[in-house]
Amino acid sequence: MKIAVCIKQVPDASTVRFDKEKGTLVREGVESVINPFDYNAIEAGLSLRDQFGGEVSVVTMGPPQASEAVKEAISLGVDGGVVVSDRAFAGADTLATTYTLAKAIEKLGQFDLVICGKQAIDGDTAQVGPGLAVRLNIPCVTCVDELEAIDDGKRLRLKRMCEQGYDMVEVELPALVTVLASLNTPRVPSLKGKMRARKTEVPIMNAEDIGADVSRVGLAGSPTQVASTTIPTFDARREMLEGEPEQQVDALVDRLKEAGIL
Amino acid sequence: MLRVEIEKCIGCGECESACTFGAIVVEDGKAVVDADTCTMCGTCVDACPEDALELDRESGAGPGIDLDEWRGVWVTAEYRFGSTAPVTFELLGKGRQLADDLGVALTAVLMGSGVSEHASELIHRGADRVLLVDHPELENFRDEIFARILARLAREEKPEVILAGATAMGRSYIPQVATMLETGLTADCTELAVRMEDRALLQTRPAFGGNLLATIVCPAHRPQMSTVRPHVLKALEADTSRQGEIVRVPLSDDDLKARVKVLESVMEESDGPGLADAEIVIAAGRGMESEKNMEMVHELASLLDAGVGASRAVTDAEWLPHRAQIGQTGVTISPKLYLGCGISGAIQHVVGIQGSDMIVAINKDPDAPIFDLATYGIVGDVKEILPLLIKRIRQERGA
Repeated sequence: MKIAVCIKQVPDASTVRFDKEKGTLVREGVESVINPFDYNAIEAGLSLRDQFGGEVSVVTMGPPQASEAVKEAISLGVDGGVVVSDRAFAGADTLATTYTLAKAIEKLGQFDLVICGKQAIDGDTAQVGPGLAVRLNIPCVTCVDELEAIDDGKRLRLKRMCEQGYDMVEVELPALVTVLASLNTPRVPSLKGKMRARKTEVPIMNAEDIGADVSRVGLAGSPTQVASTTIPTFDARREMLEGEPEQQVDALVDRLKEAGIL
Repeated sequence: MLRVEIEKCIGCGECESACTFGAIVVEDGKAVVDADTCTMCGTCVDACPEDALELDRESGAGPGIDLDEWRGVWVTAEYRFGSTAPVTFELLGKGRQLADDLGVALTAVLMGSGVSEHASELIHRGADRVLLVDHPELENFRDEIFARILARLAREEKPEVILAGATAMGRSYIPQVATMLETGLTADCTELAVRMEDRALLQTRPAFGGNLLATIVCPAHRPQMSTVRPHVLKALEADTSRQGEIVRVPLSDDDLKARVKVLESVMEESDGPGLADAEIVIAAGRGMESEKNMEMVHELASLLDAGVGASRAVTDAEWLPHRAQIGQTGVTISPKLYLGCGISGAIQHVVGIQGSDMIVAINKDPDAPIFDLATYGIVGDVKEILPLLIKRIRQERGA
C-alpha cells in the first residue's frame, strides 16, 4: 500500500506566550513541533504498512526548517518525505494550500491512501483534508476513530464520529481520511529510526518543481484575506467573594439563589 | 509580499505598534519587515499615515468573476437522526439579519431523506425560501453527494453568501464545496456582519489559538462561505405565520454517484445532559490536581443536573474524555451558569465559555485570567471550597 501522510509543523502551544501590553504574540523561544493529530495520521500509515507492506511518505508545506518535522517522521519509521517550500507559498489560505499539496502529491506519484490529522492546532480549520480530497478527485472520510483495511487492502472500513454518535462506512481506495487522536497510540522513535533521520537529506520542492501555477499559490491564490485583527476583550462584571471559605460559599449560594439557579 | 516604500517611510512606528505579530519594526528610521513572521494581514497598511506600505496582491486580482451576478444568502440546514440540528435555526437567525442588510432573500437548503415535512419549520425560523432536496439516497450523510449537490445548486443560483454549521458534518463537506467552487471558506466563525460599501461578509473567528480575533473577508470570489459554531448565534423564535416558498430540487443519477458506503449510522445515548445543551456546566481544570478529586466535580454536577466539562489539560490527562473539552478546539457552551473549578482561563478555553450568562470561578491564584471575566470569583482551594458548596446545596435542597 502506498500511503502519503500530510503533516504540518506548528508552534508548540505550551511555549506560545502573548504580550498583553504590546498586544503581540511572543515568537522568541517558541518551538516548532509536529501538529499533535498528525502523529496519529503517521501511526495509521505505519500500521497499515506493517500489515500490507508498501511505503509511507510524509508531505509538508512550510518553511525550509519544516525538514525537521520530516526527519522526526522518519525517526518514527516513515520511509521518506518532502518539504514543499517556496516564498511564493507564503500567506496561503486553505484553498491555496490544498492546491499546492495536491500538486506536490501528484508529482510524487500515485497513492492508495492519503492520511491527514483531524486539524492543525494553529489554524484549527480542519479544511485542508477535505479540500485536498476534492483536488485529488478521491473520496474523503473525516473524523476517523477506527480504521481497518479489508479486501486485501483494497477498501477501508471506518468509524466516523459525529456529535450524536457515529457512522460505520466503507470506502474504496484510493481515498483520503482525516483521523482523530482516539484512533491509535503513536509509537515513539526507534534508535535505528533516529540514526536514519540524522543521515537523511530531506528534499525540498518549490513551485516550479511541483509544476504549480504561481497565481494559485500563496497569498495570490488565496480568496480569503485578513481584514483586521483585534485582541479579544471581555466584559468583566466581576465581584470577588471574600472571607473564609465558609463565607465565600455562603455568598455564592446567596447569589445563585438570587439568580434563580438554586 | 509586504513592501515598504523607503522614500515615503518617515519611521513613525505606527506600523510597529499596529502589528500583532511583531513582524515589522523601525530600524534606523525606516520600517523593516520580517518576511518569515509576517502573515500579510494588512493591519499595518491601514495604520500607515504615509501610505508607505503595500501588500503585493497583483497576481491575486481575482478570477474575473462578476460579483454583481451573485445575490442572496443561503443557509445549509443540517438534518440528522430524525431532527434538524439547532445550529440550523441559529444560522437562520443570523442569515435573516444579513439578508435584510443586503436587501436579498434568505434561502435554506435542506438535504435528506423524508425531510419534506421539516421544510416549513425553516420558513418559520426566518427563511424566505427552501431548496428541498429529498431523496432516499440521502438517508445517510455522504460527503461526496452532499458536496456535489450543494456546489451544483450554488453554480446555478449564484448566492453571495453560504453559511453552514461548524459541526462534524459541516466541517467535512463544506470545505469540499468551497474547493469545488474555488472560493474562500472561513471556519468556526463567532461573528458575522456585512460591510455595505462592497457587500463584503465580515467573518470573525478566533485565530492563533484564540489569542486574537481575526476578521476575514473574501473580496474577489463568490460565494463567500463560512462555518459557524453551534451555540454562538441566537435563533429566532418560530413564527408559524411566516410564509415562504418551498422549491423541490430534482436529482439526476450523476448527482448521486458515491465511492463511500454507509453501513450503519448509530446514535449514542449520552450520559447526563449533553455538555453543549446543559443549563449548568461544571468545568474542571488543572487545579483539580488529581483524577480522584474529580469525584467532587461529578458529585456537584449530579446534584445540579449539570454537564461536566474541562480545560484541555484535564482531557489531555484523560481525567475526562476528549469530548468534554471546552474551548477553541472543543465544545462551545452557553449555559445559564458556568462554574470553573481550578481553571486558569487560557484564551483557548475562554473563547468557548463567553456565551455563558453567569461565570463563577474558583481558583487559588488571585491573578488567574479567568477572574477578568468572572461574574463572581472565589480565590481559594477547590478541594476546600467544593465540599463546602456541595454541603450547602444539600442543605438548601433539604430545607
